[in-house]
Amino acid sequence: MEQDSLHEWESKCIQEEPPRCKAACPIHVDGREFSKLMAAGQTDKAWAVLCRTLPFPTVTARICDGPCIKSCLREEVGGGIKLNSLERYCAENTKRTPPFRPLPARGKTVAILGAFLPGLTAAWDLAKKGFTVTVFTNDSAEAFATIPQEFLSVDIFKQELATLKKMGVSFDENSSPSLELATKSLEDFDAVFADPFACDAKALKISPPSITTLKTEKDGLFAASMPEKNTSPIALIAIGRKGALSIERFMQSASLSAGREREEPFETKLYTNISKVEPVTPSAVPADGYDVESAREEASRCLQCECMECVKNCAYLEEFKGYPKVYARQIYNNASIVMGTRRANNLINSCMLCDLCNEICPENFSMKNLCIEARQDLVKKGHMPPSAHEFALRDMEHADRDTCTINKHQSGTSESEWAFFPGCQLPASDPSAVDRVYKYLCDSLTGGTGLMLRCCGAPADWSGRIELFDTKSESIRADWESLGRPKVIAACPSCMESLHKAIPEAEVTSLWSILCEHKENLNPVLPETISSLQDPCTARHNDKLLADVRLLLSDLSIEFTEPELSGLHTECCGFGGLLSGANEPLSKKVAEKRGSKLDGDGITYCAMCRDLLAKSGKRCLHLLDVIFPSGNSDPAARAVPQYSERRENRVRLKEQMLDVIWRTPSAPRPDYESISVSFTSKAKELMEERRILHSDIQKTIQAVQKSGQALESTETGHKLTYYRPVTVTYWIEYEEQDANNYLIHRVWSHRMRILGASK
Amino acid sequence: MSTLKVIDEDYSSWKCSACGKALTPTPIELEYLESKFTVELPACPECGLVLIPEDLALGKMAEVESLLEDK
Ligand code: SF4
Ligand code: SF4
Ligand code: SF4
Ligand SMILES: [Zn+2]
Repeated sequence: MEQDSLHEWESKCIQEEPPRCKAACPIHVDGREFSKLMAAGQTDKAWAVLCRTLPFPTVTARICDGPCIKSCLREEVGGGIKLNSLERYCAENTKRTPPFRPLPARGKTVAILGAFLPGLTAAWDLAKKGFTVTVFTNDSAEAFATIPQEFLSVDIFKQELATLKKMGVSFDENSSPSLELATKSLEDFDAVFADPFACDAKALKISPPSITTLKTEKDGLFAASMPEKNTSPIALIAIGRKGALSIERFMQSASLSAGREREEPFETKLYTNISKVEPVTPSAVPADGYDVESAREEASRCLQCECMECVKNCAYLEEFKGYPKVYARQIYNNASIVMGTRRANNLINSCMLCDLCNEICPENFSMKNLCIEARQDLVKKGHMPPSAHEFALRDMEHADRDTCTINKHQSGTSESEWAFFPGCQLPASDPSAVDRVYKYLCDSLTGGTGLMLRCCGAPADWSGRIELFDTKSESIRADWESLGRPKVIAACPSCMESLHKAIPEAEVTSLWSILCEHKENLNPVLPETISSLQDPCTARHNDKLLADVRLLLSDLSIEFTEPELSGLHTECCGFGGLLSGANEPLSKKVAEKRGSKLDGDGITYCAMCRDLLAKSGKRCLHLLDVIFPSGNSDPAARAVPQYSERRENRVRLKEQMLDVIWRTPSAPRPDYESISVSFTSKAKELMEERRILHSDIQKTIQAVQKSGQALESTETGHKLTYYRPVTVTYWIEYEEQDANNYLIHRVWSHRMRILGASK
Repeated sequence: MSTLKVIDEDYSSWKCSACGKALTPTPIELEYLESKFTVELPACPECGLVLIPEDLALGKMAEVESLLEDK
C-alpha cells in the first residue's frame, strides 16, 4: 500500500471540502461553523469564528453585502442563509472580542500607500504577522466615506483604526500616495503595497499586476488595477489580503503563486444531499437588525453542509465514527507500522464488502476495494489477526471435505449440460430444499443436470487470502471440467460472483433465472402476508438476477414490497465480508437495522441473508420456502440451525443424496463422531455464542479417553479437560454418565498454547 | 521472566483425576504468536496438569490474545 495511492483515495472523498458559503466568500469565512454557534445561541464563540478571518471585524461584519448568499446551498431550498445580517447581529451583540496579538516583530518593514479597504486590510494582516507597517495617506479615516454606512458609525470605524495603531501600525498622514512616493518607499522599505483607490497600476505607470499575486514589474511593489465600480466591500478587503500574503511570501523568498488556486471564490466539490430537506424561507431582516430569536431562527436554517452520504447509509462506516477519508489514512498508517499496534485491523476487517458506498458516494469511493486491498496486504505481510476469519475459513474447508462434497453427473447419465451449484450455506441452512430443487431441475432440464456440492471459495476471497482463493479456483475448475464444462446454475449470488472469478469462461446462471424459464410445474405456497424483498448485497451489480427474481415473484403471484434501499442500493444483512466472524456485535447490529427496514416478513434469495435476519429476530422467508414448500406451516419462523447443526446438515445431505439418488455410500465419518455427547441447554447456548462445535467437543473427549488426563471437582464430581486440535484450545466441563456417554455442562476456549510448568 | 498473578479464587476443590492431588498455584508457561509469559495457575503438583478457568480464558487472556494479534 503505497503513499501515492493513499493520496488518490483521500482525494476521492470530498467530505472535508468546504461548504459553499465558505468557498464563495472572498475571504472564506467559515459560515457553517459560524451558523452552528449562532443557532446554538453562542454569540461570543460565533464572534470568535469571525475574528479569525475578518480584518477589523467590528467594521467588516457591518459592511459585508453577503455575496455568499446566492451560493449557499439553502438557496435551493428556501433561500440562502443571510450570513451578512447574522454577522452584523453578532458584532452588535457580542460581549467579548478575542485579543489580537501580533506575532513578534520580524524586523521587516512594509509601506502601504493609501488607507482604503485594501490598504487597511493589508496593514492589518501584515501587522498581525509581525511586520513593521507604515501607512501613507492624507487622512487615515479616508475609507469611511467610501463604505456602506447604513449600520456603521464613524466611532466604530475610528475604534478599529485605534486597534490598528495598537497593533503597531503607524500612519504618516501628510503624504499623498503617488508614483514618486512609491519609488521612494521601495528604497526605504522592504516591500510596498499600493491601495488601488489611492494609487492604482495606471497611476504607478506599470502594466497590470498579476491577478493571482498582485506582483508588479517592480521587485517588492505589489499593486492592483482599479476595481470595478460596485465591487463588494468584502472583495475589496480580499485585495488587501492577497497583497499581504504575497508580501509575506516575498519576504520569505517563497513561491508567490504556489497553492493559491482557491484564494478567489471557487466552486467547492462538497456534495450535500438535499433531497429530503424541506424548503424554509428566511424571514425579512428587521430594519434595526435581528433580535435574539430571529437571529437563532435564521442561523438554524443552515444545513450544516456536509457529505457523509455513505456514512448515513452504512452501519459499519458509522460505527467507527469517521468517514472514508479518515479511514483511508488510518488504514494506510496501519499498513506502514513495523513495530507497534495496528489499530485499524478491526476497521479493515469489519467492512461487509457490499459496495453500497460506491453506489451512493458522489465520487464513487469504494470502501470495499480499500478494505480488500488492506486485507490482502495484512495477509501478505503475515499481520492478519488469526482469529478474524478462522472460523469462516474452517467452515469453508468443512464444506469442501469429502464428507460434504458431491461432483456427479445426473444419476443414470454420463453427461452434464447443466450443473446445479447450491453453494455451502444453503445445504447448511436448509438441506432438504437443496434436494427438492435438484430433483426439479433434473426433471425440467434436458441434457443432464449434474450436481456440484461444495464451497465457491468466497471466504478465501473476502478474507484477503489470494493464494488460497487461487487454490480453491483450481479445484472448482477441476470439478467443473470433470463434468465436461457444464453450464452452472448457482443458487447464491455470492457463489455467482466467485464462480465468475474462478472459472471466467463458464456460463453461470442464477437458479432464479432458470426457474423463470421453467416455472410450469412449480407449486408455490403463497405467503399469507405481503413480504418485503431483501436483495443480497452480492446481487447489487447483477442486473439480470435482480430483474429475474422480480419477474419470477410476479409470475408466481408472490406479492412483495421493496425497502427504500433495494436492488442496486440494497443493504447487506451483516454476513458480507465475513463480518459475523470478525466483528460479531456489529454484524448483529447490521442485521437488526436491516430487518427493521423491511416491512412485514422479509423474503430473500440468499441463505445467509435469511439466517442472519432470522437470527436477529426478523421473520424471514427464503424464496425456496415459498417455491419448494417443505410442509412447514410457518416457514418465516423456521429455526436457524446452530453452527454444529449446519455442519451436520451438510454431511447428512451428502449421505442422503448419495444414498437415494446415486445409491452409493458416502465417505466414512471420522471415528470421534461415534462418541455420544449430550448437552445442557446452557452448554448449547455457550457453544453457539463461543463458536465451539459438536465435533470440537467430541475430539476433546476422544483425547481424554486416550490420555486419561482430566481434572475433577470434589464438589460436583464434574470433570474438566482440554484439547487443542490445531489453533484453539477447548475446555470441556462434563459428566461421564456411563461408558461412552457424556453430558456437557460448560465449554470455553482460548488461543494461547499451554507450554507447561515453567522451569 | 517474572510470574504474573492473575487468579484470586481458590481452585483447590479441583483435583487431578489421575494423581488424586488437589491443584496448587504453579508457574505455567503460556505462548501466543511467539510471545511467552509465565502465569501462576492451578496445576497438579504431581503431573502438572493445568486448569485455565473460564473467566480467565474469556477475560484477561482473550484481551492479551487480541492485543498480540494487532502487534
Ligand atoms: S447551508 Fe449553511 S453550511 Fe451550507 S452553504 Fe449555506 S451557510 Fe454554508
Ligand atoms: S460495508 Fe458496504 S457500504 Fe459499508 S463500507 Fe463496506 S462496502 Fe461500503
Ligand atoms: S459519500 Fe462518503 S466517501 Fe463519498 S465523499 Fe461523501 S463522505 Fe466521502
Ligand atoms: Zn496429576
